[in-house]
Amino acid sequence: MIEGVPLRFRIPEPPARPGERADFSYIVVPPAGSARRPEIETDPSEMRDLAYSLIRVLDDDGSATGPWIPELEPDALYHGLRAMVMTRTYDDRMLMAQRQGKTSFYMRCTGEEAIAVGHALELDRDDMFFPTYRNQGWLIARRWPLVEMMCQVFSNEKDRLHGRQMPIMYSAREVGFFSISGNLGTQFIQAVGWAMASAIKGDTRIASGMVGEGTTAEADFHNALTFATTYQAPVILNIVNNQWAISTFQGIAGGNQSTFAARAIGHGIPALRVDGNDYLAVIAATRWAAQRARANLGPTVIEWLTYRAAAHSTSDDPSRYRPADEWKSWPLGDPIERLKNHLIARGDWSEEQHRDLVADVDREVLAAARDAESYGTLLDGRVASAKSIFEDVYKDMPPHLQRQRRQMEDER
Amino acid sequence: MTTMAMNAAIRSAIDVMMERDDNVVVFGEDIGYFGGVFRCTEGLQAKYGSERVFDAPIAEGGIVGAAVGMGAYGLRPVIEIQFADYVYPGLDQLISEAARLRYRSSAEFTAPLTVRMPCGGGIHGGQTHSQSPESLFTHVCGLITVIPSNPYDAKGLLIASIEDDDPVIFLEPKRLYNGPFDGHHDKPVVPWAGHPLGEVPDGYYRVELGSAAIRRPGDDLTVLAYGTMVYVAEAAAEETGIDAEIIDLRTLLPLDTDTIEASVAKTGRCVIVHEATRTSGFGAELSATVQELCFYHLEAPIERVTGWDTPYPHAQEWDYFPGPARVGAAYRRVIAA
Repeated sequence: MIEGVPLRFRIPEPPARPGERADFSYIVVPPAGSARRPEIETDPSEMRDLAYSLIRVLDDDGSATGPWIPELEPDALYHGLRAMVMTRTYDDRMLMAQRQGKTSFYMRCTGEEAIAVGHALELDRDDMFFPTYRNQGWLIARRWPLVEMMCQVFSNEKDRLHGRQMPIMYSAREVGFFSISGNLGTQFIQAVGWAMASAIKGDTRIASGMVGEGTTAEADFHNALTFATTYQAPVILNIVNNQWAISTFQGIAGGNQSTFAARAIGHGIPALRVDGNDYLAVIAATRWAAQRARANLGPTVIEWLTYRAAAHSTSDDPSRYRPADEWKSWPLGDPIERLKNHLIARGDWSEEQHRDLVADVDREVLAAARDAESYGTLLDGRVASAKSIFEDVYKDMPPHLQRQRRQMEDER
Repeated sequence: MTTMAMNAAIRSAIDVMMERDDNVVVFGEDIGYFGGVFRCTEGLQAKYGSERVFDAPIAEGGIVGAAVGMGAYGLRPVIEIQFADYVYPGLDQLISEAARLRYRSSAEFTAPLTVRMPCGGGIHGGQTHSQSPESLFTHVCGLITVIPSNPYDAKGLLIASIEDDDPVIFLEPKRLYNGPFDGHHDKPVVPWAGHPLGEVPDGYYRVELGSAAIRRPGDDLTVLAYGTMVYVAEAAAEETGIDAEIIDLRTLLPLDTDTIEASVAKTGRCVIVHEATRTSGFGAELSATVQELCFYHLEAPIERVTGWDTPYPHAQEWDYFPGPARVGAAYRRVIAA
C-alpha cells in the first residue's frame, strides 16, 4: 500500500485546439469488412467484441466488402444518395435563410447525413423514431415535404406547429418522426416506453431513439438502457458519436476510457460500433438491430462513429475551440462522397450524373424555399398568430387561459 | 355502495378503468406482485396480468419517461411514484416533456398519463416521506394537479384523471388513506367506516376535475383547504365555535375560482390552510387570487396557516404539522380583525 501520495485530478483534453494540427490518432480504423457478423440470435455475452470493433463495408476505393454487405437494389442506393445530397443542400439553403434573418436559428447535420437517411429508409413506415435535432435527413429521406419543413423553420403562417416551437424542432407523425425536444436525452427513455407499449399490445412495430455521445451522460440515457434490458423492449438505441457536443469533446462524456457502444455491455444489451459515414454499414447495422427487435430478441445499442463537420448551430463558432480544418482530417471521410464513389465503382453512376443530381436537387430546394417564403418568414413578420399561444396547452382551454387570452387581445 | 378506505377507493378506481379500457397500464416501484407500499394496487396484477401491472426499476425519471413514450403510442399509463418526495428525478420528464408534448407538437403527440403519489406528513416519515410538493406542479402549465380528501372523491377524481387526455398529477395525502385525520395525533385513529364520504359506489363514476366542494357551510369566514387540512379545518371550526365555511379545493389546477369568489364575497374573511411550506406555496397563489377577485368584500387580511419553511422534521413532526390549534388561532385573528 502506498500512503501519502497526493491525489491527482484529471481533466480530459481534446487532442487538438485551434491553431494546432488536427489529430485523430485516437480513432482506430480497421479495414472494411474485418468485423464479423453474428447471427441475430447470438447470445449478447458472445458478441461483446462488436462494441469495440468498427463495422465498415465501404473501403477506400469505394468497393463493398465483408459479411455486413446489405442486399440492396441499385435504386435504393440511388434514393439514399439523393436524400443525403438533398439534406446537405437543404441545410445550406436554411443556413443562408438564417443569415438573411428569415429565421432565428438553424442546425446543420453536415457530414452525418448517412445515419438519419439510412436509418429512415431501412426501418418500416410504421415504426416510430425518437430523433435528435440533427436528424432532418430522416424527414427528407421519407419525402416529408420540404415546404412543410421550411415553413416550420420560418415559423410562418403555414407552420403547422404554429410558430410555438423553435426552428428545426419538427414533429411529423405521418412519417414516424416524434416531436423533437430541446432537452437532451429525454426522448431516449420515451422510445423505450413506446417500444414497451408496442410489445404490451402485441403489435409488430418497433421504436428507435437517437442521442449524441455527449448526451450519454444524462440520467435518461441510463434509464433507457435499464428499462430496455429489463423489459427486453423492441427498440434500437443509437448513439451518434460525432466527437463534439457544442465545444465539449467526446472525452468529457467519458469517451477516452471506453467506447460509447460498450455502455451496453453491463446491461447485457448487444452493441454494434459502426462507421456512421458508410451508408452501406448504416443500412446493414440498422437492419440487423431491427431484425432482432422484430424477432423478440430485445434491444440493440448502436454507436455511429461520425464527425460534426458544421457548427453546432448558427449560434456557435467552432473555430474558437477546435482546428478550423479538422473535418478535412476526419479518417472516415464524407458519407456522400463515399456512397457516390461506390456507385461509380459499381458502374451504376458517374461524375456527370452526380453533377446533374446536385443541380436537380438544388433546383428543387430553391423552388421549395420560394414556395415556403411565400407564406412568410421572420423577416416579413408574417408569423403564426399570437392567438395560438394559448392553444394546445391543454386539450380543452381551462378558464384561466381563456381569461388570459381575452386580456392579451384587449390590451394589444 | 361499499365502505372503503381511501387506498381501497384508489384501487377500485384503477380496477374500474383497467376493466373498461385495455389501454390502461399500471407500473411503479413495488406496485406489481406486492401491491404497493400503501396497498393501492393490491390484487391488480393477479387480476389483469403482469403485462398491464408491473414493477419498475428504481428510476423515477425512467418511470415517467417510459410513460410519456407509452402515452405517445396510445396507452393510458397510470404510474405510481412511491412517495411524492421521490418525484424529483422525474421532474424533467414531467415539466419538459409530459406537460409540453401537446403544445410543442400541436397535438400530434400527447401524454395522457396519471402520476399518482402519496404526499404529506403525519406518519413519522421525516423529510423524505412527508413533503407536499403541489406548488411545483401548479406552476407548470400543461399539468393538471388533483388532491382528494376522502375515498368517494379519490375514486371519482382518479377515474376522471385517468380518462383525461392531459397529464394529471394525483396527490394522495397518505395520512388520509386510513381515516379522516384531523390533526389530533394523540387520539385514536378514526376509520373511514361511518364517515359519509367513506361510502363508495362499486362501479364507474366521475368527480369532475376543476370543481371544489363546500365541506362545511358557514358565514363567519371562508377556509380554503385541501387534502388532510380539510379535517384539521373542520376540527378547528368545532373547537373555536367559529362558523367557518370550509372549501375543499380538490383540484388545484384548474382552480375553481367561482366557488372561492362566491364564498369570500359572502363571508368577507379568508384563511388558507396547507401542509406545504409557506413561501411560494400554493397558498400564495390562493391569497393573490382572493385579493384579485374579492378585494372589496374583504374585511380582514387573508391569513395563511402552513408548514414552516423548514424541511419536515422527524421527532418534532407535530410542531411542524399545522394542527387545529394553529388553524383555530388564525380563525380567531381573522374574526377579530
